[in-house]
Amino acid sequence: MNIIEKIESLSLKTDIPTFKPGDTVKVHQKIKEGDKERIQVFEGVVIAKKAGGLRSSFTVRKNSYGVGVEKIFLIHSPLIDKIELLYRGKIRRAKLYYLRKKKGKEAKIKRLDLNTYAK
Amino acid sequence: MIKALIGKKIGMTQVFNQEGMIVPVTVIKAGPCTVVRKKIKQTDGYNAVQVGFGEVKSFRLKKPVLGQFTKSGISPLKILKEFRSSESDDLKVGDIMDVSMFNDVKSVSISGVTKGKGFQGVVKRWGFAGGKDTHGSRFHRAPGSIGQSSFPSKVFKGMKMAGHMGTDKCTVLNLKVVKVDLDENLLYVKGAVPGANNGIIYVYAADKSGRKLNK
Repeated sequence: MNIIEKIESLSLKTDIPTFKPGDTVKVHQKIKEGDKERIQVFEGVVIAKKAGGLRSSFTVRKNSYGVGVEKIFLIHSPLIDKIELLYRGKIRRAKLYYLRKKKGKEAKIKRLDLNTYAK
Repeated sequence: MIKALIGKKIGMTQVFNQEGMIVPVTVIKAGPCTVVRKKIKQTDGYNAVQVGFGEVKSFRLKKPVLGQFTKSGISPLKILKEFRSSESDDLKVGDIMDVSMFNDVKSVSISGVTKGKGFQGVVKRWGFAGGKDTHGSRFHRAPGSIGQSSFPSKVFKGMKMAGHMGTDKCTVLNLKVVKVDLDENLLYVKGAVPGANNGIIYVYAADKSGRKLNK
């Protein structure tokens, strides 16, 4: 292992839950306000996952009062407290960018049993 | 005590800082360096220490260089570099300087030799704008006029033209020290550093304006 890989492996998290695009997740994000710290929860559908070691990220999309909101999180960021998996989604592609153009019922993803991940 | 080291650029990566933000860093194997020779004002005209870095087999060195090591009983070193010091410097020949000297240093300035780019035109080498590629343009990446006519009847010295680019000495001032790893002799600085990976660089502790804090 070269030095750079070694350095990056130090800040990799090991306790990340399995989740895939299409899944609905709750992301608990630490937010610092002055010297206080609180947790903000962002709930939505994972529409993309990008692999890249330490730089791996995922995009969560939700509909907030009729406005589409997307947030990109770094999976290994220390600011992410917890990722909670709520539902599995039935999807046919890895990147769900098409959801941005869909509205209402069309933008919904069929849910699957969570236990399918247990296998 | 001088605050400078010879190092090797390992490469760039990103790390999370204390605020949880991701920071681009260059990882440098800084030292350990051995003091090979001391120069003092009375005999040499100025105060300096010559330090060495990187092990090398003795048969790879020329006899005059090797003689210096056998005389002082230090194992042969690949890179030798002189750092100016003050008169009160208490370093002795054989002393080891390591990355711990940067523990309380906020920023460093780093010198190195930039990557070679070969023979390059004026657009890449000097940032000329060039012409339009399309719309009937017949002027693309050429330098254009390089002077006037019968007066001055010559091209002025220093005219920006095509030529060899890169492998120049370059110093980047005031790079923030992100982390000092004493076990592995690693120094993490924020931002880019001149030269290719595995290139030799010189790291100096810097003051606010980026100047070397050598003495």
